[in-house]
Amino acid sequence: MIEEKFASGQSLIHKLDPKIRIVASIILSFAVALCDNLYIAGLYFIISSILITMAKLKWMDVLNRLKPLLWFLLMIWIILPLTFDGETLYQYSWLRITGPGVILCCKITIKSITILLIFTGLIATMTVASLGNGLHRLYVPDKMVFLLLMSYRYISVIEEEYKRLLRAAKFRGFSPKTNLHSYKTFAYLAGMLFVRASVRAQRVYQAMLCRGFNQKFHTLDVYPPNRLNSIFLIGIFAASLSLVIFEITWT
Amino acid sequence: MHISEGILSGPVLASGAVVAMAGTAIGLKKIDYDHIVHVAILASAFFVASLIHVNIGPASTHLILNGIVGLLLGFAAIPAILTALLLQSIFFQYGGLTALGVNVVVMAVPAVLVHYLFLPLLGKSSSLNFTAGFLAGLFSILFSSLLLGMALWFTDENFFEISLVIISAHIPVMIIEGIITGFCVTFLLKVYPEIIPVRKK
Repeated sequence: MIEEKFASGQSLIHKLDPKIRIVASIILSFAVALCDNLYIAGLYFIISSILITMAKLKWMDVLNRLKPLLWFLLMIWIILPLTFDGETLYQYSWLRITGPGVILCCKITIKSITILLIFTGLIATMTVASLGNGLHRLYVPDKMVFLLLMSYRYISVIEEEYKRLLRAAKFRGFSPKTNLHSYKTFAYLAGMLFVRASVRAQRVYQAMLCRGFNQKFHTLDVYPPNRLNSIFLIGIFAASLSLVIFEITWT
Repeated sequence: MHISEGILSGPVLASGAVVAMAGTAIGLKKIDYDHIVHVAILASAFFVASLIHVNIGPASTHLILNGIVGLLLGFAAIPAILTALLLQSIFFQYGGLTALGVNVVVMAVPAVLVHYLFLPLLGKSSSLNFTAGFLAGLFSILFSSLLLGMALWFTDENFFEISLVIISAHIPVMIIEGIITGFCVTFLLKVYPEIIPVRKK
């Protein structure tokens, strides 16, 4: 279930320094988030699709990842056009669909998909270990990077524990329903998960101390200086800046 | 509980990011290296617990449990929740980068509030334990959905109805989280009381 599907690859994007990718995705995502024009949002969408193509990701997999977002967008499309103020586009007895509501829905749809595509193309294409490395070199506090790497490492372990507990419950004839007993079982299950996590944390920490843990993680990945990095970053920066200026002068 | 990308306005995103950063800084300061592994693995447990689905009639909802994380970790819950949310966006694409700050505030600020409101009630009597846990679970989701509604409302006053829909959709979740947190807290106090930082008399 927990897999880094996009992290392995040989594309141009995968060769970029994680640090550069993190900075580029932050610049581009915020430029999109602050954009308030439907057409310019469309241009950002094209840039993000180019990034996905450059990373040579399969569109089917990428679309699969967008599923949770699509449910949210569906809700927005059902509620917003009916509740937003503005001139009426279509009226059927008390149902009133407003123009600005529909435009806003389009904007939200394009912007949210674009931001997630940027994230998929630039951040999801690296392993969490490289992400930690990149964040560390961007002067994110050591403890934060440590937390990220350590939780990532133990998610699969804790997930195994969860599956084992659930299996044990099912062997004893537990079938989840809407009743107090089911909730109690899940509560104890979650509680046991926290207990095991805590007990394991003590063991892990002692083991780390035994191996001379000095509060530092060292990385084995090296990213040699590459002219591609600066070209990419300048390209992303120039594209976002020109679109921002374009939007300001246009409106 | 997530707010999607591409909806909130610049000022809301910026204030979310600033509050999240400040909270994370305080949280990190409170974690020393002796406890950091503990916080990290509890963050993984929080991540996994959010994969647990419970039934509500024909539908199902996943657990959030930010109340429990708040009770167990206090201010350290902020970096822990930030970690879990970041990993969720990497693995499941539940969000991107721009709304991360707001999402951390929505989930973690209630967790810290719950820690200071309800932790003092724990460890006195078993019926009080369940009640305090229930209230912690209930209020953490209530505060979260109110914060989420506020973030939408500050973005655009026209989002008022949609915020109301979101808050009312979370009422059953509040009750279920309350029940589960209540049972979970009584369980932890019985089985492994050291995990809950109750002040000893």
